[in-house]
Amino acid sequence: MHELSVTQSLVDMVIEEAQKRNLKKVTKVTVVIGELTGLESESIKFYFDVLSENTVAEGAELVFKIVKAQFKCRQCGNIFERTNFTFNCPVCGATGVLVDKGKEFYMESIEVE
Amino acid sequence: MDEIVIIRDVLEANNNVAHENKTIKDERNILMVNIIGSPGTGKTSFILRAIENLKVPCAVIEGDVTSDIDARKMAERNIPVVQINTGGSCHLNAGSVNRALKSLSFDNGIVFIENVGNLICPSGFELGEDFKLALANVTEGDDKPYKYPLLFTKAKAVVLNKIDMLPYFEFDKKFFYDGIRALNQEVPFFEVSARTGEGFGEFAKWLEEKYYKFRQSK
Ligand SMILES: Nc1nc2c(ncn2[C@@H]2O[C@H](COP(=O)(O)OP(=O)(O)OP(=O)(O)O)[C@@H](O)[C@H]2O)c(=O)[nH]1
Ligand SMILES: [Mg+2]
Ligand SMILES: [Zn+2]
Repeated sequence: MHELSVTQSLVDMVIEEAQKRNLKKVTKVTVVIGELTGLESESIKFYFDVLSENTVAEGAELVFKIVKAQFKCRQCGNIFERTNFTFNCPVCGATGVLVDKGKEFYMESIEVE
Repeated sequence: MDEIVIIRDVLEANNNVAHENKTIKDERNILMVNIIGSPGTGKTSFILRAIENLKVPCAVIEGDVTSDIDARKMAERNIPVVQINTGGSCHLNAGSVNRALKSLSFDNGIVFIENVGNLICPSGFELGEDFKLALANVTEGDDKPYKYPLLFTKAKAVVLNKIDMLPYFEFDKKFFYDGIRALNQEVPFFEVSARTGEGFGEFAKWLEEKYYKFRQSK
């Protein structure tokens, strides 16, 4: 996976935003990740700690908001999350259709001292 | 403690270059197709067969981790080709395609991008292509839409390759296509064998129509 390169982009973004505002220290960064991106938050966290060393983001807490993919049942309209190996409705068993959710990957906010 | 809301796409740097690529290829009347599938699914074989069947001129951008084996296969057949070695990266990014486009002397036709063999990573990176094509195959199993949904969500065509192998593998087509339909209601399906050439007539006709529509739209 490419967590290393995307985490580098994230760290660059945090540094840039901090510089724009003349901030000395970022204490928390919140990132939104959709389930479908396949990105592993564990490894992003790991790389973030390494890549943010000696920057304004060093030691910042990284918080993830994970967005689950949602499906809508064609038959009964029920909105549901997938279980393994089926996208079918857990209520009526009919096939579901992906609601446009779960592909997100963006920085949402930073917290500063 | 102050919280500052800053919403920024983490992949924006890549997306900006992808946008530039789109402009470049549009100016050169190129329809660009990003071929994504697992290692060995038949991307190179598929591209070669498709080009055999297409009446439109074609060129190839070859993404590979280290080798130039696939690019040589194209060059042997006098297909214009540019090689990108990703040097270990699991996907092509817009920057490398930008350089490839600039060194490719080819206009007025279809450019196939053979992405790095991988079902996950390439789907997340826009290259400036007209569309992504998901290339699955019978031998890797029918559960791929459930395991790697992002690719099937984004693809504008799904091709099932190696259908000559259907007698030898348990491949539940209904399970496979149901999974894709849940993710992507409109996407067209094609079944081919790059080995025998079966199915390529229909695929080539569909792609030619896409190309002519693209040219008319400009
Ligand atoms: N039986 C059968 N074999 C196929 C078919 N298409 C490709 N192959 C074989 O599958 C193997 C891999 O094909 P390639 O075209 O090299 O696959 P690729 O996706 O380009 O592979 P990488 O670039 O290494 O990821 C080769 O041995 C091909 O001969 C097919 O339709 N049927
Ligand atoms: Mg290949
Ligand atoms: Zn239902």
